Amino acid sequence: MTLPAGVRERRVRTGGVELCVAELGDPSGPTVVLVHGYPDSKEVWSEVASRLADHFHVVLYDVRGHGRSTAPRPLRGGFTLEKLTDDFLAVADAVSPDRPVHLVGHDWGSVQAWEFTTVRRTEGRIASFTSMSGPSLDHFGHWINKRVRRPTPRRVGQLLGQGAKSWYVYLLQTPVLPELAWRGPLGTYWPRILERLEKVPGGGYPTSSLPTDAAHGVWLYRDNVRTRLRRPRTDAYAHAPVQLITPLGDAFLSENLFDDLEHWVPQLARRTIPARHWVPRSRPDQLAAWISQFVTSVEGGRPDAVKATGKYADRFGGQLVLVTGAGSGIGRATAFAFAEAGARVVAVDRDAEAAVRTAELSRLLGAPEAWAETVDVSDEQAMEKLAEKVAAEYGVVDVLVNNAGIGLSGSFFDTAPKDWKKVLDINLWGVIHGCRLFGKQMADRAQGGHIVNTASAAAYQPSKALPAYSTSKAAVLMLSECLRAELAGQGIGVTAVCPGFVNTNITSTARFAGVDAAEEKRLQKRTARLYGLRNYPPEKVADAILRAVARNEAVVPVTPEARGAHLMSRFTPRVLRAIARLEPPL
Amino acid sequence: MTTAAGELTAELRGFRKVQRLAYECAEAVAAQLKPGVTEREAARMQRTWLRERGVRDWFHLPFAWFGDRTAFVNFRVPLQFFPTDRPLEPGMPFILDMAPLYEGCTADIGYSGSLGVNPVQNRLMDDLEAHRELILREVRERRPLREIYEDVDRLMARQGYANRHRAYPFGVIAHKVDRVPERRWSPHVFGFGTRSLKGLAADALHGHREGWSPLWSPYRFSDHPPQPGLWAVEPHLGFRGTGAKFEEILVVTDSADPEQSAFWLDDDLPHVRRWAEDK
Ligand SMILES: NC(=O)c1ccc[n+]([C@@H]2O[C@H](COP(=O)([O-])OP(=O)(O)OC[C@H]3O[C@@H](n4cnc5c(N)ncnc54)[C@H](O)[C@@H]3O)[C@@H](O)[C@H]2O)c1
Repeated sequence: MTLPAGVRERRVRTGGVELCVAELGDPSGPTVVLVHGYPDSKEVWSEVASRLADHFHVVLYDVRGHGRSTAPRPLRGGFTLEKLTDDFLAVADAVSPDRPVHLVGHDWGSVQAWEFTTVRRTEGRIASFTSMSGPSLDHFGHWINKRVRRPTPRRVGQLLGQGAKSWYVYLLQTPVLPELAWRGPLGTYWPRILERLEKVPGGGYPTSSLPTDAAHGVWLYRDNVRTRLRRPRTDAYAHAPVQLITPLGDAFLSENLFDDLEHWVPQLARRTIPARHWVPRSRPDQLAAWISQFVTSVEGGRPDAVKATGKYADRFGGQLVLVTGAGSGIGRATAFAFAEAGARVVAVDRDAEAAVRTAELSRLLGAPEAWAETVDVSDEQAMEKLAEKVAAEYGVVDVLVNNAGIGLSGSFFDTAPKDWKKVLDINLWGVIHGCRLFGKQMADRAQGGHIVNTASAAAYQPSKALPAYSTSKAAVLMLSECLRAELAGQGIGVTAVCPGFVNTNITSTARFAGVDAAEEKRLQKRTARLYGLRNYPPEKVADAILRAVARNEAVVPVTPEARGAHLMSRFTPRVLRAIARLEPPL
Repeated sequence: MTTAAGELTAELRGFRKVQRLAYECAEAVAAQLKPGVTEREAARMQRTWLRERGVRDWFHLPFAWFGDRTAFVNFRVPLQFFPTDRPLEPGMPFILDMAPLYEGCTADIGYSGSLGVNPVQNRLMDDLEAHRELILREVRERRPLREIYEDVDRLMARQGYANRHRAYPFGVIAHKVDRVPERRWSPHVFGFGTRSLKGLAADALHGHREGWSPLWSPYRFSDHPPQPGLWAVEPHLGFRGTGAKFEEILVVTDSADPEQSAFWLDDDLPHVRRWAEDK
């Protein structure tokens, strides 16, 4: 992958090497310096850089010995963190002599950048630092010491866990062999390994310099790891705000590594992302969005502005979430919960006023942006228009919640074909349209995402009083399971949520087939009161939805009765069948 | 209960006087709140302020709720209503609630605010206005209290909020208040004046025979039209970790004239003034 058109290159000489530095974007804007890892070259950032270039002065350079920068002679001792810090300062002085720069580091780039951000001589040159998948060796050293010195079972577990993930570090310490491997078969197969195991999309990355990069970069480990871990600096405090992005599926670093980070970083914002190690390749949209948001808030003098209060703010902050049926009940509560986590919210409902209200309150709760869209989810064309509009104006949806639905009660023979049609059109087709249109955009973007479909406990609890509704929900459940299987390979999760009896407006709008209007009113009132007495709040369903997305759960029964019925459907289905024959207490 | 000219009778003037006194207390205490003040301290400030102005007895002792306690988050037992050592922080919402007795008349008021700006709290306060209008309108229409309760619920749901008065004992949105003879000795149980409780109990007994209740609840015992008398009404909105309410007296009479059949005792209260200013 080459860097985008319009890139300007220059060479910076420092400490006996010549560094290849590339620049994009308007040089008068804030400068963002991207530092690559191992075994990589600056091209690892190509996707992220081109997205950032619209707003910032973006600078990337090949670390000494990598890409088109020259290597120190001799190699041994040429890659110490002190020398790498010299390189960074030389680049920063060349590209942004008067203003501090915003650092972004991945893998070894992040390890280096931690050094830059925690030594005194760079003070005033760094405005902020976004770190991904690379700890400070000093912090890491203290982390190990703390666990060795006071080994509780948990701490030992954490040590062993990280120890197992660091297998390659030991290998790289052996002389000569790693170099031979990289210049030989490993260098040839590496791109395929990346694609297979690390889910890094192809497209011309890594570049042809890989074998040399990897062979030289071995010295990053040999020159630094042992010395630093044995004697970590005690003053490694960050002098700039730090945003820590943790890929949850990282095969090389465990999350616990960053548990004590608040001790070292006075201004820390945390982000998590369900992805593997090479996020600059696999999740460029999300990284660019988080980097932009962080840099912008630091430039605006509010480094803590990214701190939404919600429980999953690290996971959903800045993401685009679309909820259907967001004008009431579960959908609205879900929109609010995502808003509290700092997500951008699209509230879709056929009730325009209700959708507007949801969007308004979402902004009050912490959504950086929120919009209302009036659409009937069963209307295929309207949904297509919505999908186009959302993609064009707000972006690709990260989390889709297909929640709009209606209730319909009445025996099978009381349920007229038009009743069937209506309930299936909304409850099933609405979900199909949502998955088809927004799911497609997610899949095409190939950067992960999540779909939540609101099914119901009625999906597995049969009842003679709810044939049409239950059928529609059983279909939604099965659709979700099938789609989950289909999208699993693409990092897109699918969840079916089965709430149970939740106190929402659904009881007042539910249709009762086979009775006159007056009787229907009476039944609606009666159910509303029963659900009111049960009084399970939609907010708890919303919490379950956020948790399910964060953990990528498949089927989520929510209320105790929904969970009970779910267990019974597996172990004692006959009991459920007996319950199905009961007259509902209406 | 009002004269032809629309003036309040002497008795209602007495109730209005103590209600105004209580709201004055709330405003005075609210103005003194600063970061670090605890709920207990805020409750004590209310008590002291009112004692200094001649209040000797209470329908209930003053309450103060800070932060997410304004929305009664995770309240399960009534003891959680009592003031705690939670300190106030910048931006936090708060509610002061007090029910002093003065010259034989009872007030029961609720005052909501926040320490500095809190956009959510602000919005809740704005949205309470529709509830004050709805309650008055439907009481004038003589709708059963239980149905009015449900209409308030529906309005809250449409606004996107949760009903938090449901957390009060019996889930009441209002209760009757009455004159209480002043005595020197006034014992309290769990913060409630025994004589006032006795009054409520007597009303409950009396009402039970006639098919009405001094508690305005979502339950069947509130399935009757508004009973003449004074009702302390307190719709309480909750929105995630933030709650807001007002509480004030609604006068219900048996007059045939709708305007006279029900009216708010006083329209010169902080929340009402706030809405008028916003217009
Ligand atoms: N409340 C429960 O007990 C319960 C239990 C299990 C499942 N569910 C499911 O949860 C979902 C949400 O229900 P709720 O309880 O929040 O109900 P609700 O009636 O409070 O909210 C549903 C919202 O969806 C909107 N809507 C309905 N049809 C629509 C359409 N065709 N296009 C766009 N918007 C539409 C409505 O205007 C409303 O705002 C539904 O799918 C329902 O079947 C609810």
